[in-house]
Amino acid sequence: MSTTVLTPPPPARATIPRTFAAMMAREARVMRKNFLSTFVRVLVQPVMFVFVFSYVLPKLGGGAMAGGPGGPTFSTILVPGLVGSSIIMQAMMAVIFPLMMELNWQKSITDRALAPVPIPLLAVQKIIAAAVQGLIGGLLVFPAVLLIHAEGQSPHVHVGNWPVLVVVMLAGSLLAASGGLLLGTLLNPQKVQVLFAMVLLPMTMLGCVYYPWSALDHIRWLQILSLFNPLVYVSEGLRSALTPGIPHMPVWAFLLAIVGGTALLTWAATRTFTRRVLT
Amino acid sequence: MSAPPEPAVQTVELKKTYPAAGPRPEVPAVRGIDLDVPRGEFFGLLGPNGAGKSTTIGMLTTLVVPTGGTARVSGLDVVKDAVEIKRRIGVVSQNNTLDSDLTAAENLEFRGRFFGLSARDARRRADELMELFGLTEHRKGNPFEMSGGQAKRVMICRALMHGPEVLFLDEPTAGLDPQTRTNLWEVLRGLQAGGQTILLTTHYMEEAEALCDRVAVVDHGRLLAAGTVDELKNAAGADTVITVAYDAPAPDQIHKLADRAGISKVEVNEGRVRVFAIEPGDILGELVALGNAAGVGVTDASQLRPSLETVFLALTGREYRD
Repeated sequence: MSTTVLTPPPPARATIPRTFAAMMAREARVMRKNFLSTFVRVLVQPVMFVFVFSYVLPKLGGGAMAGGPGGPTFSTILVPGLVGSSIIMQAMMAVIFPLMMELNWQKSITDRALAPVPIPLLAVQKIIAAAVQGLIGGLLVFPAVLLIHAEGQSPHVHVGNWPVLVVVMLAGSLLAASGGLLLGTLLNPQKVQVLFAMVLLPMTMLGCVYYPWSALDHIRWLQILSLFNPLVYVSEGLRSALTPGIPHMPVWAFLLAIVGGTALLTWAATRTFTRRVLT
Repeated sequence: MSAPPEPAVQTVELKKTYPAAGPRPEVPAVRGIDLDVPRGEFFGLLGPNGAGKSTTIGMLTTLVVPTGGTARVSGLDVVKDAVEIKRRIGVVSQNNTLDSDLTAAENLEFRGRFFGLSARDARRRADELMELFGLTEHRKGNPFEMSGGQAKRVMICRALMHGPEVLFLDEPTAGLDPQTRTNLWEVLRGLQAGGQTILLTTHYMEEAEALCDRVAVVDHGRLLAAGTVDELKNAAGADTVITVAYDAPAPDQIHKLADRAGISKVEVNEGRVRVFAIEPGDILGELVALGNAAGVGVTDASQLRPSLETVFLALTGREYRD
């Protein structure tokens, strides 16, 4: 019988911050490997959208759909909306898809949970990693929505308030990622299809992506109902920062909803996640 | 460097009851288990599927929260000191839990980094372990395109990256072909000979017999017996077990066998007779002859040599089935 004498491992300092950093390094490695497939997926929808509404339709004579003559071009309305919806979709998918695999197929979450950090911190790590992907998704959409348009249909965008832009992009990504973690830990995998049909699609369509929230004055019930949609606050927040000339929610309102919602969803998601992992 | 004095694993009255969920009543998976595993030992938890082995290993590796009793690993409490325990153990689970987004080598590298190794040290250690376990040519392989045996070896390497004080393996050879299984046994024997403390669960009797210094037999969440394989065989009085099934109620004379020296127990259940013998002699032939004499035919007969299987039979009265 052969004896397997292992050399002792090199000296290790497994502090919680170091472990956390290593886990983020793993995410970065995976993101780099899958960059194309991941981000092509987020780009297609907004690119198609601006192509049809800011290029094809205006060419066909159906342009300037919003605001009428002299008002803002539709492309101007779309910039904050499409950036916001990309952030939300990408951050949610970045947390939900891997989680479905880890919680169910092969139960590989048990292995991730063996990394030497408290389980709630593992949940926070998942939220931050997904938020980074959401943020990258949002940034990648910018050039598309700024550049694709017919002549005379260019969006009028100027950053009116940098701090608000940065806070909304960062906190909006975290909001979506924590919401994704909450849904992912509450739902069983068979319901993922339902999640897309019943939650993500209506959320995007009605997320004040294609019109400002104030325009809903004419449909009061929808305006009120929209307040339950987190994407509305991200779209409106970006509208306030990028296209301040277009009516938008007051800054305190969307910041309160985004930051408060992030705190609430993160708290809830770390609890549901811990309950799924520790039995 | 002297080894710390605490046992590698120690549990007292360890219990786990899963709460009722919907129509399912609560499940008492583990009902009070005492274990004591010294350092350097190869210890086996043996029992049929559903005996509570995986739940026990889950509690020892901090991912299942006990509902009663205490469990300590390297002297640390599994509930209060979970993070520190995780730094000191390596776990190989039953499923392939390798990270499918990473190559085999990256799986090891990041595991090392999670446990505090620098990126360079982690890569070097990963190369070293993969070479030791004959995995070098699979370094860039996807963990889910490997054979079951290769993936298991990668998982063992991954668990060894940070030099764990205790290595836990949950059903390491379940689902592997016999050849791969014996190869893996060699790997584990080598590790133990090198001083690694190992705790494994298995539902294969022959695996526990082949590998373990000591074995705890569990069934229905309870510990039935613990000791070296030889101790268990002696203590259970379960030596050779001869079983005969008649096509009619067994002849009465069979009960007299119990008085004979070398026979520890005779069980008769209608036409089914089971004799626990220390000196088997030709009891099987006698049983057949007794049947013939009484005009009763024999439909089935077996003689099991002393093994953990006969121990299980003596302890539970049930035959061991996977």
